[in-house]
Amino acid sequence: MSELTRLSVDEMRTGLLTGAFTALDLTDAHLKRIDATNEQFNSFLTICADKAREQARVADERIRKEGSQSPALCGIPIAIKDMLLTDGVETTAASKILKGFIPPYDATPVAKLKERDSIILGKTNQDEFAMGSSNENSAFGPVRNPWDPSRVPGGSSGGSVVAVALGQAPLSLGTDTGGSIRQPASLTGVFGMKPTYGRVSRYGVIAFASSLDQVGPFARSTVDLAYALDAICGYDSNDSTSMKREVPAFREELRKWEGKSLEGIRVGVPKEYFIDGNEPDVQAATQESLKTLEKLGAKLVDISLPHTEHALEVYYIIAPAEASSNLSRYDGVRYGYRSPNAKTLSELYSKTRAEGFGREVKRRIMIGTYVLSAGYYDAYYRKAQEVRTLIIDDFKAAFNNHCDVIAAPVSPTTAFKIGEKAQSPLAMYLADVFTIPASLAGLPGMSVPTTLDRNGLPIGLQLLGAPFTESTLLRVSQALEHAGNFDTRRNCS
Amino acid sequence: MSADSTSEFEVVIGLEVHAQLLTDSKIFARSSTVSGKTANTLTDPVTLGLPGSLPVLNKRSVDFAIRLGLALQCSIERTSIFARKHYLYPDLPKGYQISQYDKPICLNGSLVVRIKDGTKKIGITRIHLEEDAGKNTHLSDEPYSLVDLNRAGVPLLEIVSEPDMRSPEEAGAYMRQLRQVLLYLDICDGNMEEGSLRCDANVSIRRRGETKLGTKVEVKNLNSFRFVERALEYEIERQIAAVREGTPIVQETRLWDEAACTTLPMRSKEHAEDYRYFPDPDLLPLVVDDDWIARTKSSLPELPAQVYERFRKSYELDPYYCEILAEEKAVARYYDEAVAFHNNPIAIANWITTELFGRLNKESMAMSSNPISPENLASLILLVDNKTISGKMAKAIFDEMFSTGSSPRDIIEAQGLKQISDPAELEALVDSILSQSAAQLQAYRDGKTKMFGYFVGQVMKASDGKANPQIVNELLERKLKA
Repeated sequence: MSELTRLSVDEMRTGLLTGAFTALDLTDAHLKRIDATNEQFNSFLTICADKAREQARVADERIRKEGSQSPALCGIPIAIKDMLLTDGVETTAASKILKGFIPPYDATPVAKLKERDSIILGKTNQDEFAMGSSNENSAFGPVRNPWDPSRVPGGSSGGSVVAVALGQAPLSLGTDTGGSIRQPASLTGVFGMKPTYGRVSRYGVIAFASSLDQVGPFARSTVDLAYALDAICGYDSNDSTSMKREVPAFREELRKWEGKSLEGIRVGVPKEYFIDGNEPDVQAATQESLKTLEKLGAKLVDISLPHTEHALEVYYIIAPAEASSNLSRYDGVRYGYRSPNAKTLSELYSKTRAEGFGREVKRRIMIGTYVLSAGYYDAYYRKAQEVRTLIIDDFKAAFNNHCDVIAAPVSPTTAFKIGEKAQSPLAMYLADVFTIPASLAGLPGMSVPTTLDRNGLPIGLQLLGAPFTESTLLRVSQALEHAGNFDTRRNCS
Repeated sequence: MSADSTSEFEVVIGLEVHAQLLTDSKIFARSSTVSGKTANTLTDPVTLGLPGSLPVLNKRSVDFAIRLGLALQCSIERTSIFARKHYLYPDLPKGYQISQYDKPICLNGSLVVRIKDGTKKIGITRIHLEEDAGKNTHLSDEPYSLVDLNRAGVPLLEIVSEPDMRSPEEAGAYMRQLRQVLLYLDICDGNMEEGSLRCDANVSIRRRGETKLGTKVEVKNLNSFRFVERALEYEIERQIAAVREGTPIVQETRLWDEAACTTLPMRSKEHAEDYRYFPDPDLLPLVVDDDWIARTKSSLPELPAQVYERFRKSYELDPYYCEILAEEKAVARYYDEAVAFHNNPIAIANWITTELFGRLNKESMAMSSNPISPENLASLILLVDNKTISGKMAKAIFDEMFSTGSSPRDIIEAQGLKQISDPAELEALVDSILSQSAAQLQAYRDGKTKMFGYFVGQVMKASDGKANPQIVNELLERKLKA
């Protein structure tokens, strides 16, 4: 049954509908794969074997009854980043401070998957509260990269990308605040998309930076990614920032474009993203992808996003500011970790938080607290919001006047060694230098695996679009995927 | 306050009033806002501040804010912003309170308050929406406290006045009349004892003629009208004494201790707490369009000051009655309805404020459970006015109406209480009394004119009080002269 862990969603769907195998077979095959690999790769924090099997039985029943009328993801296994609440299943955001926390409700994207009778295999590892780019900041140990286990998978959605790259799950959900979907997707050779801010509900998603956080899927193909998007996108009255916008049928849109050229698509190439700091192989691979796009009929346009250089600074003011506020609730009073050493109310707070949060989380809480302080607010937070507007305007000008999508590297490097950047927060922050601007602008963005570097490590191409143009990104991604020969299933069995 | 202090010092008072809104659900969550339920049963992921929970604004709370803003002549801001105010306390589940900060929904209003010698316009700086915190209970002999989050997230309006009040009496009058407005608008139950209406005061003093404000002290825990005035009186005395002694006033928060009749320092504000306000990224700016404002405006009820004026002008009522009858919307409406049935505004005002309020008070009943309909009260007074019954009978009938809710006519019929005004019937009665009272008649004729009352009394007694006393009087006068 090891072949089942290599299948695409379409292949799984066909198998389920024809009775070649059941959802329970699929679930067992993936649970077995997790069982065989998790000790080494540490991609899952919680494995829901019993619940998953139970869900599989329900899905099989539904498929038996409804046949092809059943939802596309009925019976399809999926892994969920531990940032998303799962009713009755421990959810920690990879933090000691939430160890043992069993949520009483599902995050909206999880609820939507359950409505479709998808199979929740378990909760995946990540950087604590999604703060990190290597998954080394997990309170429960690092995740290893399937392409080279001495290297990081990227972060913060490290467990979710590895689950898909390793064949532990055909699909997974991650969250992206400054690049936490695109960067790890690039470093592990899977497809990952951060939809437009407001496209997917944040209800029940543990907040890191509310104005930036967005849930998105990982998959081993563009079509699979589209299936996941079809399931999780849409307005939710529980999230005031979710958008009342019609959601296209992404999978159907792709069918329309299959085999077609990219004629009419203008691809913006921002000069600010092609810098000396990029690894030569990354630079070369990106140029190669641009040529492919041109061959596919797209028109390349040189553009400039002049405020790009300030994005990292702006991000490291806004994201920590929001995080310092969002993480105030972890006080040891109602749930999660409570310091046993506290003797007063003040100690309850200080000790619980000192013992419960990891180093990077504490660093960002301190930065955030500082930039929001009276007397510093205007110089930092307000200024950062003003510059953020300039960054948004850069993208607006580009999409209004010059291009339909932007193509650029995802990250300046491929997967680095575990421990290599762990001691230098600044070097680590640079891993997100190309993903952060689109996060600040709330734009949809994705990573498309394209090739390997000289060490055999995956390189992704980043595609960015105007708000709510996920369809266009998927169209370009599908064309690139079909034009290339990147093997996303290499480590799947 | 002593006479010489008023002459030497001027008192400056501004009030911050928190009004809990009568919405069904919380300001950002679905849980109910009812009070008196088992601790922590009116909660949900948002109220508990669970990870992943997000606030969604209750539109009705915005309606209420607009209503109050319009009633207090404020400008309604087309865009207002919810900010996060950070502090750690166990009754604050998220570690921050969502509150409007630098962009509140209502600005620059006023309330014209009746004070003892006329009226005074008190400026309203701002009104903003925010969420209430939960309630901590500190146990004296346990090493822990209890937290109840039922109240957490109940919508509040904070109404901040300008420092326009110059005495505790003015502050009390403002507070009372603001409460009336809230009640008229049906947006707050106004219950200070239960905390649905709370008041903090900023108080300072300065020498008369000084234009700069003195150092202000915030006094909290003023949870009754009486406390507001008493605490302010005490605090003003304290500040005057301090200034006289040459002790500088410290900017601080003091708590009114009712038992000790004193204010005690709570926390020093020398180093103002840093709440790290910033716009809540989970909520969009609150946009109120002209249409929303127009709709709200057209649904505004008549306000207490307007009712007061109308009672004075249309009914020519005494200010005393106007004050009492306009205080509560239910009373004003009752009064209007009664007057509509029988146009004797003064008698009706009298009956409501003496007999009706007397009974309601005695039975500790609210106006809302008053068993006498305005129509029935009006007919009772009409029956007195057209002399069908005597005033004394009316009181007895009123008691019966209060107990049974019946109409005066039904009671009169059932008990045969109707006044006897038939002259022939009364003349027979008078004759019979006079014929039985030879001795008294002789005494009267000998000059003891006081005996007249005796005859009246005998006739009334013989008629079970039903005889029309006026006619009895006339008859007796005629007969005795003869």
